[in-house]
Amino acid sequence: MTEFTPLASLVGGMMIGLSAVLLMLWEGRIAGISGIAGRLLPPYRDGAFLSRFGFVVGLVAAPLAMIAISGIEVSQTVSSNIPLMIAAGLLVGFGSVWGNGCTSGHGVCGLSRLSARSIVATGVFMATAIVTVFLVRHVIGA
Amino acid sequence: MSFLVNLALGLLFGAGLVVSGMSDPAKVLNFLDLFGTWDPSLAFVMGGAVMVAFVGYRLVLTRAEPIVGDRFHLPTRSDIDARIVAGPAIFGIGWGLGGFCPGPALTALGLGATGTLAFIPAMILGMWAARLVAEGTAAPRTA
Repeated sequence: MTEFTPLASLVGGMMIGLSAVLLMLWEGRIAGISGIAGRLLPPYRDGAFLSRFGFVVGLVAAPLAMIAISGIEVSQTVSSNIPLMIAAGLLVGFGSVWGNGCTSGHGVCGLSRLSARSIVATGVFMATAIVTVFLVRHVIGA
Repeated sequence: MSFLVNLALGLLFGAGLVVSGMSDPAKVLNFLDLFGTWDPSLAFVMGGAVMVAFVGYRLVLTRAEPIVGDRFHLPTRSDIDARIVAGPAIFGIGWGLGGFCPGPALTALGLGATGTLAFIPAMILGMWAARLVAEGTAAPRTA
């Protein structure tokens, strides 16, 4: 069980939305994490490497900075099943780049722009994720 | 300068993921578990983010150009091809297995859980493979 947190989740979501809007204002780019992280490795086609690198450093540093400044605890439960997490990582990495986006690029930025491709993509990844969790938890019973 | 601005925006995005609870895969998996321990929080995250971006993008895009750079890089395609279905389908299976999508996984990296440390290199490898395959198949048309 996890606690339902409507207010914190709404506020956190608005921070994510604000970051996406400011990135568009600053350099005219979509805040899609798979697009940003996927272009950290070569080949490099444009001059935006330092921008992308900066954004990823910020993402990684965020919880550490919050812990250091406010002393809050960041609790998380990550599966320690290594083969499962490697398989999950490969699928998430390949699928998000193959489909030109993930929860941020399609889910947040794309839906906000009412993009037909993003609406389809979001519907599809929500559906396969829900089916996967159903199979893992209620059919296989892991 | 762009490095520092992006660093700040990454911090804001990452802080949003932590505040919203999405850096915890358990919360994501419980959102996806409609028929079990359902936690609707993720819908509020998406709702909050889309509300702000829906309004904010419209305001920003009234400008002729962004603050730096020559133009807004907006996706223009609207066709529904096989990749826009197959990619998200594959991504969703991985998301349902691990509870991590790319943003929250990167945010979790510094917390150093074993599962995260296994997930991240695999994700980067998967991303790289998809780019190489995509650019390999696209190359003959653009050459």
